[in-house]
Amino acid sequence: MKKALSIQNLGKTYRGGFEALKGISLEVGHGDFFALLGPNGAGKSTTIGIITSLVNKTRGKVYVYGKDIDTDFNAAKSCIGLVPQEFNFNVFEPVIEVVANQAGYYGIERSLAFQRAEKYLKHLKLWDKRRVMARNLSGGMKRRLMIARALVHEPRLLILDEPTAGVDIEIRRSMWSFLREINASGTTIILTTHYLEEAESLCRNIAIIDRGIIVEHSGMKELINKLHMETFILDLGTPLESLPDMPGHTLQLVDPHTIEAEISREKTINKLFADLTSRGIEVLSMRNKTNRLEELFMHLVDGESAE
Amino acid sequence: MRLAEKYIAFRTILIREVLRFSRIWIQTILPPMITTALYFIIFGNLIGSQIGDMEGFRYMEFIVPGVIMMAVITNSYANVVSSFYGTKFQRNIEEMLISPVPNYVILLGFVSGGVARGLSVGVAVTVVSLFFSSLHIHNPWVVISMIVLTSILFAMAGFINGVFARSFDDISIIPTFVLTPLTYLGGIFYSISMLPEFWQTASRANPILYMINAFRYGFLGISDISLPVSYVISIGFIVILYFFSLHLLNRGYGIRT
Repeated sequence: MKKALSIQNLGKTYRGGFEALKGISLEVGHGDFFALLGPNGAGKSTTIGIITSLVNKTRGKVYVYGKDIDTDFNAAKSCIGLVPQEFNFNVFEPVIEVVANQAGYYGIERSLAFQRAEKYLKHLKLWDKRRVMARNLSGGMKRRLMIARALVHEPRLLILDEPTAGVDIEIRRSMWSFLREINASGTTIILTTHYLEEAESLCRNIAIIDRGIIVEHSGMKELINKLHMETFILDLGTPLESLPDMPGHTLQLVDPHTIEAEISREKTINKLFADLTSRGIEVLSMRNKTNRLEELFMHLVDGESAE
Repeated sequence: MRLAEKYIAFRTILIREVLRFSRIWIQTILPPMITTALYFIIFGNLIGSQIGDMEGFRYMEFIVPGVIMMAVITNSYANVVSSFYGTKFQRNIEEMLISPVPNYVILLGFVSGGVARGLSVGVAVTVVSLFFSSLHIHNPWVVISMIVLTSILFAMAGFINGVFARSFDDISIIPTFVLTPLTYLGGIFYSISMLPEFWQTASRANPILYMINAFRYGFLGISDISLPVSYVISIGFIVILYFFSLHLLNRGYGIRT
Protein backbone atom coordinates (compact mmCIF):
# COMPACT_ATOMS: atom_id res chain seq x y z
CA MET A 1 0.00 0.00 0.00
CA LYS A 2 1.26 3.46 -0.90
CA LYS A 3 2.34 5.38 2.19
CA ALA A 4 1.06 8.88 2.79
CA LEU A 5 3.31 9.34 5.79
CA SER A 6 6.30 7.46 7.08
CA ILE A 7 8.04 8.46 10.30
CA GLN A 8 11.21 6.72 11.36
CA ASN A 9 12.85 7.03 14.78
CA LEU A 10 11.66 10.62 15.19
CA GLY A 11 13.07 12.41 18.20
CA LYS A 12 12.72 15.91 19.58
CA THR A 13 14.51 17.35 22.59
CA TYR A 14 13.61 20.94 23.39
CA ARG A 15 16.11 23.49 24.61
CA GLY A 16 16.27 22.89 28.33
CA GLY A 17 16.46 19.13 27.87
CA PHE A 18 12.79 18.10 27.74
CA GLU A 19 12.52 15.07 25.45
CA ALA A 20 9.10 15.40 23.80
CA LEU A 21 9.59 12.52 21.32
CA LYS A 22 11.74 9.51 22.12
CA GLY A 23 12.26 7.99 18.69
CA ILE A 24 8.79 7.23 17.38
CA SER A 25 8.04 5.36 14.16
CA LEU A 26 4.70 5.48 12.41
CA GLU A 27 3.16 4.75 9.05
CA VAL A 28 -0.07 6.02 7.53
CA GLY A 29 -1.34 4.54 4.28
CA HIS A 30 -2.75 6.55 1.38
CA GLY A 31 -6.49 7.14 1.78
CA ASP A 32 -6.46 6.26 5.47
CA PHE A 33 -8.43 8.08 8.15
CA PHE A 34 -5.92 7.85 10.96
CA ALA A 35 -6.27 8.82 14.62
CA LEU A 36 -3.24 10.06 16.54
CA LEU A 37 -4.29 10.07 20.16
CA GLY A 38 -2.61 10.79 23.44
CA PRO A 39 -3.02 12.80 26.62
CA ASN A 40 -2.00 16.46 26.82
CA GLY A 41 1.76 16.85 26.45
CA ALA A 42 2.19 13.34 25.00
CA GLY A 43 3.94 14.61 21.83
CA LYS A 44 1.07 14.76 19.29
CA SER A 45 1.46 18.43 18.45
CA THR A 46 5.26 18.15 18.37
CA THR A 47 4.92 15.30 15.86
CA ILE A 48 2.54 17.35 13.73
CA GLY A 49 4.81 20.40 14.07
CA ILE A 50 7.76 18.41 12.72
CA ILE A 51 5.77 16.95 9.81
CA THR A 52 4.63 20.45 8.83
CA SER A 53 8.08 22.00 9.43
CA LEU A 54 6.96 24.29 12.25
CA VAL A 55 9.18 22.42 14.71
CA ASN A 56 12.80 21.42 14.03
CA LYS A 57 13.38 17.75 14.79
CA THR A 58 16.36 16.50 16.76
CA ARG A 59 16.67 13.19 14.91
CA GLY A 60 14.85 10.77 12.62
CA LYS A 61 13.30 10.88 9.16
CA VAL A 62 9.89 11.94 7.88
CA TYR A 63 8.59 11.12 4.42
CA VAL A 64 5.36 12.56 3.03
CA TYR A 65 4.23 10.59 0.00
CA GLY A 66 7.82 9.41 -0.32
CA LYS A 67 9.24 12.95 -0.19
CA ASP A 68 11.89 13.51 2.46
CA ILE A 69 11.03 16.65 4.44
CA ASP A 70 14.76 17.39 4.82
CA THR A 71 15.84 17.17 1.20
CA ASP A 72 12.61 17.53 -0.78
CA PHE A 73 10.71 19.80 1.58
CA ASN A 74 8.92 21.85 -1.09
CA ALA A 75 7.34 18.77 -2.64
CA ALA A 76 6.54 17.39 0.82
CA LYS A 77 4.95 20.65 1.96
CA SER A 78 2.79 20.83 -1.16
CA CYS A 79 1.18 17.52 -0.14
CA ILE A 80 0.14 18.69 3.35
CA GLY A 81 -2.81 20.72 4.60
CA LEU A 82 -2.85 21.61 8.30
CA VAL A 83 -5.68 22.56 10.62
CA PRO A 84 -3.83 23.58 13.78
CA GLN A 85 -5.10 23.36 17.32
CA GLU A 86 -5.05 27.12 17.92
CA PHE A 87 -6.55 29.81 15.72
CA ASN A 88 -3.65 31.14 13.67
CA PHE A 89 -5.14 33.30 10.93
CA ASN A 90 -5.00 37.07 10.65
CA VAL A 91 -8.12 38.15 12.51
CA PHE A 92 -8.05 41.51 10.74
CA GLU A 93 -8.53 39.97 7.28
CA PRO A 94 -11.87 39.17 5.64
CA VAL A 95 -12.67 35.46 5.62
CA ILE A 96 -12.30 35.05 1.86
CA GLU A 97 -8.85 36.63 1.88
CA VAL A 98 -7.64 34.30 4.64
CA VAL A 99 -8.47 31.35 2.38
CA ALA A 100 -7.41 32.85 -0.97
CA ASN A 101 -4.08 34.11 0.41
CA GLN A 102 -3.24 30.62 1.63
CA ALA A 103 -3.73 29.34 -1.92
CA GLY A 104 -1.39 32.09 -3.12
CA TYR A 105 1.41 30.80 -0.88
CA TYR A 106 1.17 27.52 -2.78
CA GLY A 107 1.55 29.34 -6.11
CA ILE A 108 -2.13 29.12 -7.08
CA GLU A 109 -3.20 31.96 -9.40
CA ARG A 110 -5.45 34.52 -7.66
CA SER A 111 -8.54 33.92 -9.82
CA LEU A 112 -8.36 30.16 -9.18
CA ALA A 113 -7.62 30.84 -5.50
CA PHE A 114 -10.88 32.77 -5.18
CA GLN A 115 -12.81 30.02 -7.03
CA ARG A 116 -11.40 27.42 -4.62
CA ALA A 117 -12.11 29.69 -1.65
CA GLU A 118 -15.74 29.95 -2.79
CA LYS A 119 -15.99 26.18 -3.19
CA TYR A 120 -14.70 25.36 0.30
CA LEU A 121 -16.40 28.25 2.08
CA LYS A 122 -19.71 27.06 0.58
CA HIS A 123 -18.95 23.47 1.63
CA LEU A 124 -18.28 24.63 5.17
CA LYS A 125 -21.27 26.99 5.26
CA LEU A 126 -19.20 30.14 5.56
CA TRP A 127 -19.87 31.70 2.17
CA ASP A 128 -22.29 34.29 3.55
CA LYS A 129 -19.54 35.36 5.96
CA ARG A 130 -16.90 35.82 3.26
CA ARG A 131 -16.63 39.63 3.68
CA VAL A 132 -16.71 39.49 7.48
CA MET A 133 -13.46 40.15 9.35
CA ALA A 134 -12.23 36.83 10.71
CA ARG A 135 -12.20 38.17 14.28
CA ASN A 136 -16.00 38.52 14.16
CA LEU A 137 -16.65 34.81 13.52
CA SER A 138 -17.89 32.51 16.27
CA GLY A 139 -15.57 29.78 17.61
CA GLY A 140 -17.17 27.09 15.44
CA MET A 141 -16.94 29.27 12.34
CA LYS A 142 -13.25 29.94 13.04
CA ARG A 143 -12.62 26.17 13.19
CA ARG A 144 -14.41 25.71 9.86
CA LEU A 145 -12.45 28.61 8.36
CA MET A 146 -9.22 26.82 9.24
CA ILE A 147 -10.48 23.66 7.52
CA ALA A 148 -11.38 25.64 4.37
CA ARG A 149 -7.94 27.28 4.45
CA ALA A 150 -6.19 23.90 4.83
CA LEU A 151 -8.07 22.45 1.86
CA VAL A 152 -7.71 25.34 -0.59
CA HIS A 153 -4.56 23.92 -2.22
CA GLU A 154 -6.22 20.48 -2.29
CA PRO A 155 -3.62 18.57 -0.28
CA ARG A 156 -3.22 14.79 -0.44
CA LEU A 157 -2.64 14.61 3.32
CA LEU A 158 -4.86 16.63 5.66
CA ILE A 159 -3.73 16.89 9.28
CA LEU A 160 -6.33 18.04 11.80
CA ASP A 161 -5.13 18.87 15.30
CA GLU A 162 -8.24 18.84 17.49
CA PRO A 163 -10.48 20.39 14.84
CA THR A 164 -13.70 20.05 16.82
CA ALA A 165 -12.50 21.40 20.18
CA GLY A 166 -15.15 23.71 21.58
CA VAL A 167 -17.56 23.10 18.70
CA ASP A 168 -21.20 22.27 19.45
CA ILE A 169 -22.48 18.80 18.64
CA GLU A 170 -24.51 19.83 15.58
CA ILE A 171 -21.56 21.51 13.89
CA ARG A 172 -19.26 18.71 15.03
CA ARG A 173 -21.45 16.14 13.31
CA SER A 174 -21.65 18.19 10.11
CA MET A 175 -17.84 18.50 10.21
CA TRP A 176 -17.56 14.71 10.60
CA SER A 177 -19.71 14.16 7.57
CA PHE A 178 -17.67 16.67 5.57
CA LEU A 179 -14.40 15.01 6.63
CA ARG A 180 -15.79 11.60 5.62
CA GLU A 181 -16.58 13.06 2.19
CA ILE A 182 -13.09 14.52 1.83
CA ASN A 183 -11.58 11.18 2.87
CA ALA A 184 -13.83 9.26 0.47
CA SER A 185 -12.62 11.48 -2.36
CA GLY A 186 -9.06 10.23 -1.72
CA THR A 187 -7.56 12.63 0.83
CA THR A 188 -5.62 10.93 3.60
CA ILE A 189 -6.59 12.33 6.99
CA ILE A 190 -4.69 12.32 10.27
CA LEU A 191 -6.81 13.41 13.21
CA THR A 192 -5.91 14.21 16.77
CA THR A 193 -8.79 14.66 19.15
CA HIS A 194 -9.74 14.35 22.78
CA TYR A 195 -13.23 13.17 21.77
CA LEU A 196 -12.58 9.46 21.57
CA GLU A 197 -16.02 8.63 20.18
CA GLU A 198 -15.04 10.96 17.30
CA ALA A 199 -11.87 8.96 16.66
CA GLU A 200 -13.75 5.64 16.95
CA SER A 201 -16.47 6.79 14.62
CA LEU A 202 -14.23 8.31 11.93
CA CYS A 203 -10.89 6.53 11.93
CA ARG A 204 -9.82 3.15 10.56
CA ASN A 205 -6.34 3.09 12.05
CA ILE A 206 -4.91 4.49 15.22
CA ALA A 207 -1.72 5.30 17.08
CA ILE A 208 -1.64 6.22 20.75
CA ILE A 209 1.30 8.24 21.93
CA ASP A 210 2.22 8.75 25.57
CA ARG A 211 5.23 10.56 27.03
CA GLY A 212 6.95 10.64 23.66
CA ILE A 213 6.57 6.98 22.72
CA ILE A 214 4.00 5.09 20.65
CA VAL A 215 2.16 2.74 23.01
CA GLU A 216 -0.27 1.39 20.42
CA HIS A 217 -0.32 1.36 16.60
CA SER A 218 -2.98 -0.77 14.96
CA GLY A 219 -6.32 -0.91 13.22
CA MET A 220 -9.25 0.57 15.15
CA LYS A 221 -11.19 -2.72 15.08
CA GLU A 222 -8.20 -4.76 16.25
CA LEU A 223 -7.67 -2.31 19.07
CA ILE A 224 -11.31 -2.35 20.16
CA ASN A 225 -11.18 -6.16 20.11
CA LYS A 226 -8.42 -6.02 22.70
CA LEU A 227 -10.96 -4.71 25.16
CA HIS A 228 -11.84 -7.84 27.16
CA MET A 229 -14.27 -6.32 29.57
CA GLU A 230 -17.02 -3.80 28.86
CA THR A 231 -19.25 -2.08 31.38
CA PHE A 232 -22.90 -1.50 30.47
CA ILE A 233 -25.59 0.54 32.15
CA LEU A 234 -29.04 -1.10 32.17
CA ASP A 235 -32.11 1.06 32.76
CA LEU A 236 -34.83 -1.00 34.45
CA GLY A 237 -38.59 -0.99 33.78
CA THR A 238 -39.54 -1.71 37.41
CA PRO A 239 -37.50 -0.59 40.42
CA LEU A 240 -35.48 -3.13 42.39
CA GLU A 241 -34.80 -2.98 46.11
CA SER A 242 -31.89 -5.41 45.90
CA LEU A 243 -30.16 -7.52 43.31
CA PRO A 244 -31.20 -11.15 43.10
CA ASP A 245 -28.48 -13.77 43.24
CA MET A 246 -27.10 -14.13 39.70
CA PRO A 247 -24.04 -16.42 39.61
CA GLY A 248 -21.64 -15.89 36.69
CA HIS A 249 -22.43 -12.18 36.35
CA THR A 250 -20.76 -9.13 37.86
CA LEU A 251 -23.58 -6.74 38.63
CA GLN A 252 -24.06 -3.73 40.82
CA LEU A 253 -27.29 -1.96 41.67
CA VAL A 254 -26.48 1.72 41.24
CA ASP A 255 -29.98 2.87 42.19
CA PRO A 256 -33.42 1.13 42.13
CA HIS A 257 -33.73 1.88 38.39
CA THR A 258 -30.16 1.20 37.25
CA ILE A 259 -27.85 -1.81 37.10
CA GLU A 260 -24.18 -1.65 36.11
CA ALA A 261 -23.03 -4.88 34.43
CA GLU A 262 -19.44 -5.87 33.64
CA ILE A 263 -19.40 -8.34 30.77
CA SER A 264 -16.39 -10.25 29.56
CA ARG A 265 -16.06 -10.39 25.77
CA GLU A 266 -15.89 -14.18 25.99
CA LYS A 267 -19.51 -14.22 27.19
CA THR A 268 -22.58 -13.16 25.24
CA ILE A 269 -25.00 -10.48 26.39
CA ASN A 270 -27.84 -12.94 25.62
CA LYS A 271 -26.96 -15.00 28.72
CA LEU A 272 -27.28 -11.93 30.95
CA PHE A 273 -30.63 -10.98 29.41
CA ALA A 274 -31.92 -14.55 29.70
CA ASP A 275 -31.01 -14.63 33.41
CA LEU A 276 -32.57 -11.19 34.04
CA THR A 277 -35.76 -12.18 32.20
CA SER A 278 -36.04 -15.46 34.15
CA ARG A 279 -35.99 -13.38 37.38
CA GLY A 280 -38.70 -11.03 36.06
CA ILE A 281 -36.37 -8.05 35.62
CA GLU A 282 -37.30 -5.85 32.64
CA VAL A 283 -34.61 -3.81 30.89
CA LEU A 284 -35.80 -0.70 29.07
CA SER A 285 -32.50 0.36 27.55
CA MET A 286 -28.80 -0.33 27.63
CA ARG A 287 -25.68 1.79 26.96
CA ASN A 288 -21.90 1.68 27.40
CA LYS A 289 -20.77 3.21 30.66
CA THR A 290 -17.85 4.86 28.80
CA ASN A 291 -16.79 4.89 25.18
CA ARG A 292 -14.96 1.65 24.38
CA LEU A 293 -11.95 3.43 22.98
CA GLU A 294 -11.89 5.64 26.05
CA GLU A 295 -11.65 2.56 28.30
CA LEU A 296 -8.75 1.22 26.26
CA PHE A 297 -7.09 4.61 26.07
CA MET A 298 -7.15 4.98 29.85
CA HIS A 299 -5.61 1.53 30.28
CA LEU A 300 -2.89 2.20 27.72
CA VAL A 301 -1.81 5.64 28.86
CA ASP A 302 -1.91 4.58 32.51
CA GLY A 303 0.56 1.86 31.59
CA GLU A 304 -1.90 -0.89 32.44
CA SER A 305 -2.84 -3.79 30.25
CA ALA A 306 -6.26 -3.88 28.66
CA GLU A 307 -6.37 -7.61 29.20
CA MET B 1 8.15 25.48 -6.60
CA ARG B 2 8.41 26.85 -10.13
CA LEU B 3 9.43 30.47 -10.77
CA ALA B 4 5.88 31.45 -11.81
CA GLU B 5 4.52 29.95 -8.56
CA LYS B 6 7.11 31.83 -6.53
CA TYR B 7 6.03 35.03 -8.25
CA ILE B 8 2.36 34.32 -7.35
CA ALA B 9 3.37 33.70 -3.72
CA PHE B 10 5.38 36.95 -3.69
CA ARG B 11 2.48 38.88 -5.21
CA THR B 12 0.10 37.38 -2.64
CA ILE B 13 2.23 38.62 0.25
CA LEU B 14 2.63 42.04 -1.39
CA ILE B 15 -1.11 42.43 -2.05
CA ARG B 16 -1.85 41.35 1.51
CA GLU B 17 0.61 43.92 2.86
CA VAL B 18 -0.73 46.74 0.66
CA LEU B 19 -4.32 45.93 1.66
CA ARG B 20 -3.26 45.86 5.29
CA PHE B 21 -1.89 49.42 5.37
CA SER B 22 -4.55 50.73 2.96
CA ARG B 23 -7.39 49.50 5.20
CA ILE B 24 -5.98 51.49 8.10
CA TRP B 25 -4.94 54.57 6.07
CA ILE B 26 -6.02 56.84 8.92
CA GLN B 27 -3.23 55.28 10.99
CA THR B 28 -0.69 54.80 8.20
CA ILE B 29 -0.98 57.46 5.47
CA LEU B 30 -2.69 60.43 7.10
CA PRO B 31 -0.48 60.98 10.21
CA PRO B 32 2.78 61.55 8.25
CA MET B 33 0.94 64.05 6.03
CA ILE B 34 -0.18 66.01 9.10
CA THR B 35 3.23 65.78 10.79
CA THR B 36 5.10 67.00 7.73
CA ALA B 37 2.59 69.82 7.19
CA LEU B 38 3.43 70.91 10.76
CA TYR B 39 7.17 70.74 9.99
CA PHE B 40 6.65 72.90 6.92
CA ILE B 41 4.53 75.43 8.83
CA ILE B 42 6.76 75.69 11.90
CA PHE B 43 10.28 75.08 10.61
CA GLY B 44 9.79 76.08 7.00
CA ASN B 45 7.52 79.10 7.25
CA LEU B 46 7.72 80.52 10.77
CA ILE B 47 11.34 79.78 11.77
CA GLY B 48 12.64 79.35 8.20
CA SER B 49 11.69 82.90 7.23
CA GLN B 50 14.04 84.15 10.02
CA ILE B 51 16.90 81.87 8.91
CA GLY B 52 17.19 83.05 5.32
CA ASP B 53 18.90 81.04 2.57
CA MET B 54 20.82 77.82 3.06
CA GLU B 55 23.31 76.61 0.43
CA GLY B 56 21.70 79.04 -2.02
CA PHE B 57 18.08 77.92 -1.46
CA ARG B 58 15.21 79.17 0.70
CA TYR B 59 15.22 77.24 4.00
CA MET B 60 11.82 75.72 3.15
CA GLU B 61 13.17 74.38 -0.16
CA PHE B 62 16.26 73.06 1.63
CA ILE B 63 14.32 70.99 4.17
CA VAL B 64 11.67 69.55 1.82
CA PRO B 65 13.78 66.56 0.56
CA GLY B 66 14.89 65.66 4.09
CA VAL B 67 11.35 65.81 5.48
CA ILE B 68 10.08 63.58 2.65
CA MET B 69 12.93 61.15 3.27
CA MET B 70 12.23 61.11 7.00
CA ALA B 71 8.61 60.08 6.34
CA VAL B 72 9.75 57.38 3.90
CA ILE B 73 12.30 55.96 6.36
CA THR B 74 9.89 55.92 9.29
CA ASN B 75 7.01 54.38 7.37
CA SER B 76 9.00 51.73 5.48
CA TYR B 77 10.45 50.60 8.79
CA ALA B 78 7.21 50.81 10.77
CA ASN B 79 5.22 48.90 8.18
CA VAL B 80 7.44 45.84 8.17
CA VAL B 81 8.23 45.73 11.87
CA SER B 82 4.56 45.98 12.88
CA SER B 83 3.29 43.68 10.14
CA PHE B 84 5.89 40.97 10.69
CA TYR B 85 5.60 41.11 14.47
CA GLY B 86 1.78 41.04 14.18
CA THR B 87 2.10 38.00 11.92
CA LYS B 88 4.28 36.30 14.53
CA PHE B 89 2.02 37.38 17.40
CA GLN B 90 -1.13 36.00 15.75
CA ARG B 91 0.89 33.02 14.54
CA ASN B 92 -0.37 33.43 10.98
CA ILE B 93 3.30 33.36 9.92
CA GLU B 94 2.64 29.60 10.10
CA GLU B 95 0.46 29.95 7.00
CA MET B 96 3.63 30.74 5.07
CA LEU B 97 5.98 28.44 6.96
CA ILE B 98 3.94 25.30 6.21
CA SER B 99 3.65 26.23 2.52
CA PRO B 100 6.41 25.65 -0.04
CA VAL B 101 7.09 29.39 -0.45
CA PRO B 102 10.87 29.92 -0.06
CA ASN B 103 12.15 32.13 2.74
CA TYR B 104 13.62 34.70 0.37
CA VAL B 105 10.17 35.16 -1.21
CA ILE B 106 8.66 35.73 2.26
CA LEU B 107 11.39 38.30 2.96
CA LEU B 108 10.95 40.08 -0.38
CA GLY B 109 7.16 40.10 0.05
CA PHE B 110 7.32 41.82 3.45
CA VAL B 111 10.06 44.23 2.31
CA SER B 112 8.09 45.14 -0.82
CA GLY B 113 5.07 45.86 1.39
CA GLY B 114 7.26 48.24 3.41
CA VAL B 115 8.55 49.86 0.23
CA ALA B 116 4.98 50.25 -1.04
CA ARG B 117 3.97 52.07 2.13
CA GLY B 118 7.17 54.14 2.18
CA LEU B 119 6.62 55.28 -1.42
CA SER B 120 2.89 55.91 -0.87
CA VAL B 121 3.69 58.12 2.10
CA GLY B 122 6.55 59.73 0.14
CA VAL B 123 4.16 60.72 -2.66
CA ALA B 124 1.53 61.95 -0.16
CA VAL B 125 4.10 64.06 1.71
CA THR B 126 5.47 65.45 -1.55
CA VAL B 127 1.95 66.58 -2.47
CA VAL B 128 1.69 68.29 0.95
CA SER B 129 5.02 70.03 0.34
CA LEU B 130 3.61 71.59 -2.87
CA PHE B 131 1.32 73.72 -0.68
CA PHE B 132 4.38 75.31 0.92
CA SER B 133 7.12 75.27 -1.70
CA SER B 134 7.68 74.83 -5.41
CA LEU B 135 9.37 71.55 -6.27
CA HIS B 136 12.80 71.69 -7.93
CA ILE B 137 13.89 68.42 -9.48
CA HIS B 138 17.52 68.50 -10.47
CA ASN B 139 17.84 64.80 -11.39
CA PRO B 140 14.68 62.62 -11.26
CA TRP B 141 16.66 59.37 -11.54
CA VAL B 142 18.59 60.14 -8.40
CA VAL B 143 15.34 61.06 -6.62
CA ILE B 144 13.60 57.82 -7.64
CA SER B 145 16.56 55.48 -7.15
CA MET B 146 17.51 56.94 -3.76
CA ILE B 147 13.98 56.85 -2.35
CA VAL B 148 13.54 53.23 -3.50
CA LEU B 149 16.93 52.15 -2.10
CA THR B 150 16.27 53.91 1.20
CA SER B 151 12.84 52.38 1.63
CA ILE B 152 14.24 48.91 0.81
CA LEU B 153 17.01 49.38 3.36
CA PHE B 154 14.71 50.49 6.18
CA ALA B 155 12.03 47.95 5.33
CA MET B 156 14.73 45.28 5.81
CA ALA B 157 15.87 46.86 9.06
CA GLY B 158 12.22 46.78 10.19
CA PHE B 159 12.04 43.10 9.24
CA ILE B 160 15.05 42.28 11.44
CA ASN B 161 13.49 44.23 14.32
CA GLY B 162 10.26 42.25 13.76
CA VAL B 163 12.14 38.95 13.88
CA PHE B 164 13.85 39.79 17.18
CA ALA B 165 10.82 41.47 18.80
CA ARG B 166 9.20 39.50 21.59
CA SER B 167 6.65 42.09 22.66
CA PHE B 168 4.93 45.16 21.26
CA ASP B 169 7.37 47.29 23.29
CA ASP B 170 10.26 45.82 21.32
CA ILE B 171 8.91 47.14 18.04
CA SER B 172 9.05 50.73 19.24
CA ILE B 173 12.45 50.71 21.00
CA ILE B 174 14.62 50.89 17.86
CA PRO B 175 12.49 53.57 16.11
CA THR B 176 12.43 55.71 19.26
CA PHE B 177 15.99 55.37 20.48
CA VAL B 178 17.95 54.75 17.27
CA LEU B 179 16.03 55.64 14.12
CA THR B 180 14.58 59.01 15.14
CA PRO B 181 17.87 60.44 16.54
CA LEU B 182 19.83 59.26 13.50
CA THR B 183 17.23 60.74 11.15
CA TYR B 184 17.21 64.13 12.91
CA LEU B 185 21.04 64.12 13.00
CA GLY B 186 21.17 63.08 9.34
CA GLY B 187 21.03 66.66 8.04
CA ILE B 188 17.31 67.10 7.40
CA PHE B 189 17.23 70.60 8.84
CA TYR B 190 20.85 71.65 8.34
CA SER B 191 23.96 71.19 6.27
CA ILE B 192 26.77 69.40 8.11
CA SER B 193 29.12 72.11 6.82
CA MET B 194 27.58 74.23 9.60
CA LEU B 195 28.97 71.85 12.26
CA PRO B 196 32.42 71.96 13.92
CA GLU B 197 34.90 69.66 12.21
CA PHE B 198 34.65 66.95 14.87
CA TRP B 199 30.87 66.71 14.53
CA GLN B 200 31.14 66.78 10.74
CA THR B 201 33.37 63.69 10.96
CA ALA B 202 31.08 62.07 13.53
CA SER B 203 28.03 62.72 11.33
CA ARG B 204 29.65 60.72 8.53
CA ALA B 205 29.19 57.58 10.64
CA ASN B 206 25.43 58.06 10.29
CA PRO B 207 24.19 56.15 7.20
CA ILE B 208 21.03 58.25 7.01
CA LEU B 209 23.15 61.32 6.27
CA TYR B 210 24.22 59.75 2.95
CA MET B 211 20.66 58.99 1.89
CA ILE B 212 19.24 62.38 2.80
CA ASN B 213 22.07 64.19 1.04
CA ALA B 214 21.82 62.10 -2.12
CA PHE B 215 18.05 62.64 -2.13
CA ARG B 216 18.56 66.38 -1.67
CA TYR B 217 21.02 66.31 -4.55
CA GLY B 218 18.29 64.81 -6.75
CA PHE B 219 16.01 67.74 -5.92
CA LEU B 220 18.36 70.69 -5.50
CA GLY B 221 21.67 69.59 -7.01
CA ILE B 222 23.54 70.15 -3.69
CA SER B 223 25.01 67.61 -1.28
CA ASP B 224 27.48 67.45 1.61
CA ILE B 225 28.42 63.92 0.51
CA SER B 226 29.66 62.49 -2.78
CA LEU B 227 26.84 60.81 -4.70
CA PRO B 228 28.68 57.52 -5.55
CA VAL B 229 29.56 57.09 -1.87
CA SER B 230 25.87 57.44 -0.97
CA TYR B 231 24.93 54.73 -3.47
CA VAL B 232 27.71 52.39 -2.33
CA ILE B 233 26.70 52.82 1.33
CA SER B 234 22.98 52.30 0.62
CA ILE B 235 23.47 49.25 -1.58
CA GLY B 236 26.10 47.84 0.79
CA PHE B 237 23.74 48.06 3.76
CA ILE B 238 20.91 46.50 1.73
CA VAL B 239 23.10 43.51 0.79
CA ILE B 240 24.25 43.01 4.38
CA LEU B 241 20.74 43.30 5.84
CA TYR B 242 19.29 41.02 3.14
CA PHE B 243 21.65 38.16 3.95
CA PHE B 244 21.27 38.67 7.68
CA SER B 245 17.45 38.65 7.39
CA LEU B 246 17.56 35.53 5.26
CA HIS B 247 19.89 33.83 7.73
CA LEU B 248 17.42 34.57 10.54
CA LEU B 249 14.52 33.19 8.51
CA ASN B 250 16.45 30.07 7.50
CA ARG B 251 17.35 29.42 11.13
CA GLY B 252 13.71 29.98 12.04
CA TYR B 253 14.76 32.49 14.70
CA GLY B 254 11.70 33.41 16.77
CA ILE B 255 9.31 31.58 14.45
CA ARG B 256 10.21 27.88 14.69
CA THR B 257 10.80 25.82 17.84
